[in-house]
Amino acid sequence: MRIFLAIYVFAIIAAVSILGFRGSISTKPPLEVFPDMDRQARYKPQAENDFFADGRNDRQVPAGTVARGDYFNQVEVFSEDFEDPRLGDTVFNQGKNADGSLVKKIPVEVSYELIQQGKEKYDIFCSSCHGAAGDGNGVTKPYGVLAANYHDARLRSVDDGHIFDVITNGKGLMLPFNDRISPEERWAIVLYVRALQLSQNANAEELTAVQRTELGL
Amino acid sequence: MANVFPKWVNTIPIKVIVAIILTVTAVVCGVTYYATPKYTRVGYAPIQPVAFSHALHAGQLDIDCRYCHTFVDRSEHSNVPAANVCMTCHSMVRKDDPMLAPVKTSYESGEPIPWVRVHKTPDYVYFNHSVHVNRGVSCVGCHGRVDEMDVVTHKESFSMSFCLDCHRNPEEHVRPPEEVYNLDWERPDTEDFKKEAVGFVHDWKVNPPQSCSGCHR
Repeated sequence: MRIFLAIYVFAIIAAVSILGFRGSISTKPPLEVFPDMDRQARYKPQAENDFFADGRNDRQVPAGTVARGDYFNQVEVFSEDFEDPRLGDTVFNQGKNADGSLVKKIPVEVSYELIQQGKEKYDIFCSSCHGAAGDGNGVTKPYGVLAANYHDARLRSVDDGHIFDVITNGKGLMLPFNDRISPEERWAIVLYVRALQLSQNANAEELTAVQRTELGL
Repeated sequence: MANVFPKWVNTIPIKVIVAIILTVTAVVCGVTYYATPKYTRVGYAPIQPVAFSHALHAGQLDIDCRYCHTFVDRSEHSNVPAANVCMTCHSMVRKDDPMLAPVKTSYESGEPIPWVRVHKTPDYVYFNHSVHVNRGVSCVGCHGRVDEMDVVTHKESFSMSFCLDCHRNPEEHVRPPEEVYNLDWERPDTEDFKKEAVGFVHDWKVNPPQSCSGCHR
């Protein structure tokens, strides 16, 4: 019995010292104790695939094709009578008129909800360089990123299409954002940028008496 | 008649029983502790091809999760960003740092960076990110304080009971939708907030499935 107890205690100490405790950091992939169908021949996003020459599951958009709808409205896209109203609409998709000149005014209906959406997207994608107030003082400034200040006279006088075009295609050191921000969202950001510009150059005279009292002016 | 068995044999049955009980206890405790996801998965922190620090980017610089994981609110998959997203800043910031060489190579060649996947559910689990983040389930609930991690580490067990704990009592886990991406938000421990959470679950029709086919297909 003594021998058994000695082995027993030794086995427990050995197991604990080799296996450690829960939550300990490990760089080794997790052990799957009962791997019942845990890993199947299933196509997962951004995963590997030996079938294709480039080894990826996700396919690139073939050259020369035009997207009909997008991933997010695929049910509608595959319905019989689907018409993409935005297809070929350069004003909406590129911020440019058919002759290549920039669109003067936002071509979508402007609402408070659109400004809110623009603020959300602006805070995600733009504020780290352009700053929350649009003054070019984002968190990346100390690291050497030079971002435009929206409040200078030049940017206050540009067409709405110009701002849209810069988000879409980038400008100077700024890379394009068209892969991450949809045209709807880009127009929302344009609207919010316009609101930011107004906020820094507003004139108290333009407000109604009630609004001025509310603000204590 | 002389005794066939010596006297010490009398204690053998009790010793065998004690030995069996001890062994079975040790094996049951050992399997429960070591062969479950709380041990196998938690703490997994693989070495990544680029030493990207979420603590710096999401924590110190406070860049929104969706700057890189852009489609988490619209897709079942929270996308890992392509190198062009990194290059939005790193074409200017630390552009010649050897640490960023794989990013630069990937951006120029189009070959993806071989990131190591940390959080994996079994292939028969169909988890949808967008329905969770759009209904008040924060990133932090499953992924932990990623904004404090230099190396992304698996924090939660991702066992089925981990999912069901929340699916059975969503009102104890949801938060206001505008705080979903704010990882250091703390749930107020007040009666008012509890009422609000119950109201949110009702108003937004948060109805997490508890049937098998809700998640398993």
